[in-house]
Amino acid sequence: MTNPQSFKVAIVGAGPSGFYAAEELLNYGVQVDMYEKLPVPFGLVRYGVAPDHQKLKLVNKVFERTAQRDGFQFIGNTEIGANLPLSALQEHYDAVVLCHGASQGRKPGIPGDNLSGCYTAADFIGWYNGHPDFQHLAPDLSCRSVAIIGHGNVSIDVARILAKTPAELSTSDITDRALQALSHSRIEEIHLIGRRGPAQAKFTTQELRELGELYDADVVIDRGALEIDEVSRAELDDRKNLIAIKNFEIFTNFNNKTSRSCGRKIIFHFLESPVRVLGETIVEGLELGVNRLEGQPFHQTARAIGERRVLACEAVLFSIGYLGQGLYGIDFDGNSSTYPHNEGKVTTASNVYAAGWIKRGPTGIIGTNKPCAQETVATLLRDLEYAQKVPKAGHAAIIRMITQRATSYADWRCIDKQEIEEGERRGKPREKFTSVAEYLALLSENEVGDE
Amino acid sequence: MTHVVTANCQRCRFTDCVATCPVTCFHFDDGMLYIDPEECIDCGACVPACPVQAIHSEYDLDETMALWTEINAERARYLPVINNKLAPLPTAEDKLRELGLL
Repeated sequence: MTNPQSFKVAIVGAGPSGFYAAEELLNYGVQVDMYEKLPVPFGLVRYGVAPDHQKLKLVNKVFERTAQRDGFQFIGNTEIGANLPLSALQEHYDAVVLCHGASQGRKPGIPGDNLSGCYTAADFIGWYNGHPDFQHLAPDLSCRSVAIIGHGNVSIDVARILAKTPAELSTSDITDRALQALSHSRIEEIHLIGRRGPAQAKFTTQELRELGELYDADVVIDRGALEIDEVSRAELDDRKNLIAIKNFEIFTNFNNKTSRSCGRKIIFHFLESPVRVLGETIVEGLELGVNRLEGQPFHQTARAIGERRVLACEAVLFSIGYLGQGLYGIDFDGNSSTYPHNEGKVTTASNVYAAGWIKRGPTGIIGTNKPCAQETVATLLRDLEYAQKVPKAGHAAIIRMITQRATSYADWRCIDKQEIEEGERRGKPREKFTSVAEYLALLSENEVGDE
Repeated sequence: MTHVVTANCQRCRFTDCVATCPVTCFHFDDGMLYIDPEECIDCGACVPACPVQAIHSEYDLDETMALWTEINAERARYLPVINNKLAPLPTAEDKLRELGLL
């Protein structure tokens, strides 16, 4: 048996699953080098969690503690595939854990879903959260009506950001560019469209409730939508179905309260699926197909009944899930957007493991990644324990292959400090830099200053 | 705001919540778990994870449960942190039946 303290493991991706995997490996004394495409860490906590949910972003304190432990190293601005082949990590580390997630927004593949005015929620969220890859998006907010497809926490985040006033957003860490654009928004109607009914909604209770507490937006439910059928009633009568029961209660409260005269309306639509986006080059409307639910309690599926209607809207945001991309040279299952694996061991690549969304698919919440990463690390340590030990050079060998300016955790601390200071000047918790060039310019200025 | 463990956890301590918590805010004694309000980030992940519906947002506590906010805060201060799921207490199944949640 080999002592884990002599192991060197490379992690690809600095989001929650990468950090939970790192934490678990460090607990066994393994040395961890974390490679990240962007110059900065924290993945979807920085670029996915809504900018007005600052308390949720405090999960970073757990990752910061991990990053400061002995045996941990962050190597940012280093994309596996583009800057460095995966084979180099396989050669110079005892094992590689892929934690690069699934960051691409999914589109439904219906006619018109590429018209100007169609966006994926993932791109839109990346834009307002300052992700360097999505700053070109510049969404047109001069329209009156927007449709968001999908009923999940991500759609609620997007609806809330579109519905909030500039004053409400000014204390978030939304980028200044997005805040300016949203201040000039002319949006009056935000339609939230789900294929199933109000009894099947899987929102986190407090996210749903929060929509009812906005300063200048009223929540409206389709008339009659809360008159549910017997099967759905049976689902809500089951006391174990706590979240659905609470959500239905909130919908009922939205429906019962007197409507306020607000600048914006958030309108819930149930039992409808998008069929076609209308328009020649730009979005002019959305054709929806009406569904009914079929099946036993808790196994109901939405089936189109053939009836159609048109919703007037000038923008469509698709919030129907994420797609992952496999690294070159490893088998990837495009249907589930995951690497085929066995308890975290990627089946077709030697000494390669996976954790997080790219292992189990793009579902679950931040915490779900912890047991997921722990399972992978347990498999990895079990495999290495009996493997023939050849000493690995780790980062010492890799550093010679890197030609771009890689970033360290100390670099991130420098960026972090600057962002917080810039935020303070504007009364915000942080003002993010939004391009890789900006990050690198800041770091080179500080290096000059240090000399 | 924080989340709070209430009476349903007593004699159960399933600890499923611990596995979904992204931070380390759960503390424990022989009887039940407690949430440290200083550490909890209000993500709500533990609420659907609990088989006995013992965890609620502070916002959702009714009068009979309100006392648990203070109990959680006070006991979390000196009790040890729990990092991994443990086996439920031997009385857990009975309690589940008692609560009509089996």
